[in-house]
Amino acid sequence: MSEPGRISIELTVNGEAHRGEVEPRTTLADFLREELRLTGTHVGCEDGFCGACTVHLDGASARSCLLYAVQAAGREVRTVESLAGPDGELHPLQEAFRRNHGLQCGFCTPGMLMSALELVESRAGGDPPDEGEIRAAIAGNICRCTGYQGIVEAISEALDDRAGTAE
Amino acid sequence: MKSAAFAYHAPAAVGEAAALLAAHGERARVLAGGQSLVPLMHRRIERPEHLVDLNRVAGLDRLEAGPEGLRIGATARQRQVESDPAVAARWPLLAEAIAEVAHPAIRNRGTVVGSLCNADPSAELPSAALALEGTIVAAGADGEREIPLADFFTGPGETALSRSELALELRLPAPPPRTGSAWLELARRGGDLPVAGVAAVVSLDADGRCERVRLVCANAAPVPLDCRFQAEALLGAAVDEEGAAAVGAAVAAAAGPVDDYQGSAVERRRVLAVLVRRALLLAAERAGGRS
Ligand SMILES: Cc1cc2nc3c(=O)[nH]c(=O)nc-3n(C[C@H](O)[C@H](O)[C@H](O)COP(=O)(O)OP(=O)(O)OC[C@H]3O[C@@H](n4cnc5c(N)ncnc54)[C@H](O)[C@@H]3O)c2cc1C
Ligand code: FES
Ligand code: FES
Repeated sequence: MSEPGRISIELTVNGEAHRGEVEPRTTLADFLREELRLTGTHVGCEDGFCGACTVHLDGASARSCLLYAVQAAGREVRTVESLAGPDGELHPLQEAFRRNHGLQCGFCTPGMLMSALELVESRAGGDPPDEGEIRAAIAGNICRCTGYQGIVEAISEALDDRAGTAE
Repeated sequence: MKSAAFAYHAPAAVGEAAALLAAHGERARVLAGGQSLVPLMHRRIERPEHLVDLNRVAGLDRLEAGPEGLRIGATARQRQVESDPAVAARWPLLAEAIAEVAHPAIRNRGTVVGSLCNADPSAELPSAALALEGTIVAAGADGEREIPLADFFTGPGETALSRSELALELRLPAPPPRTGSAWLELARRGGDLPVAGVAAVVSLDADGRCERVRLVCANAAPVPLDCRFQAEALLGAAVDEEGAAAVGAAVAAAAGPVDDYQGSAVERRRVLAVLVRRALLLAAERAGGRS
């Protein structure tokens, strides 16, 4: 039984089943960070503008600050924590960010990675996107540090590596 | 900030959603993609006591193109519509306008119908859907009714829907043969709401003369500005630079744009004149008959 005003939810996060009790007004971002302690998802503006809170909901990128956790009941959420391997080895996209100086303070990085991941995964096997498409894919993610160049290079390299390994 | 507390409802059927809205009226809000409503709730500009989430209503995410036209259900996402091959082939104006709305993650959640209900006069989709002569199908406790978009937008953020009604779907008629269209906008950055935007739809007769034209401007008035009257000066002749420029000048004179941080009213009128000219020429060219 849930407390009055609270709703029990079950959802899958990074392949694992979770349950929780939330107030309807709790955002998915706050649920992930405060209940599940998955603090990789960052919260900047809570307004949809900065992109730091970007996760995937049922395979599509979404702002977790603009979703109430109750809306994710029965659904699949994927966060930045899903990227690295169990021993901490970096995902190729993370590796490319590291090599290309795609991050400085790191605040925007989880959202950048999740937006870039959608592009990389949607292009598996297809034509590699040009720089304009890469920039469009991350245009909703604001970075105050890098000036974006390193981020664009990192994503471009990750896409090239993918193409390389697919052969 | 965080939203104020509310009771959450996730109806599974349209009847149930309509009953909730009938019961709670002004104290309830409909939640579709949440990309406009949730920020307002976080800022507590909106403080509904009841939130009626349409996302679990079965079948509302339909997107059906048939001989008579296109039906876009209330929870069909902008991204889904934008990437649909039938939309790209027959209603390219819609796909072109959606591509200018925000960013991928926002379009993955945001709905076409939600953008119309949000009725922001500067937004892309209200103007584009009006130029395509869309109709909203609304459902209330007493059943369904159809509202042509020409009667739907009543002011900034205001529509002909009552608080106890929800929009079920948008219907767009099939365009006539030899029709071309264009969405053009000026925005400060890609993905921002336009400083000004223009939707043009031009149909030509077999000899390449303009037979039918629709023109709607975004951010030119408190509602999407229907400029069909000005555009119909083009009827009966090929669409050329001079004719298109004259329509642009007439639209700029008729518009009543706002003065704000994104641009002054004077600047917006100039931008509108240019965008209208270019959009009409491009639409005519795409219709296959630019002389
Ligand atoms: C960062 C950011 C940038 C954006 N940039 C743009 C932009 O460039 N251009 C643009 O046009 N928009 C932009 N938006 C808004 C976005 O496109 C929204 O998706 C859209 O305005 C509303 O659609 P929604 O489905 O999210 O509606 P919601 O936010 O769920 O609802 C909006 C309003 O409509 C009502 N409503 C929704 N659906 C129904 C229905 N079926 N029946 C009755 N009432 C309903 C709601 O009650 C609410 O009042 C942006 C948003 C963000 C966060
Ligand atoms: S915190 Fe969600 S977009 Fe900024
Ligand atoms: S690395 Fe600091 S905000 Fe992007």
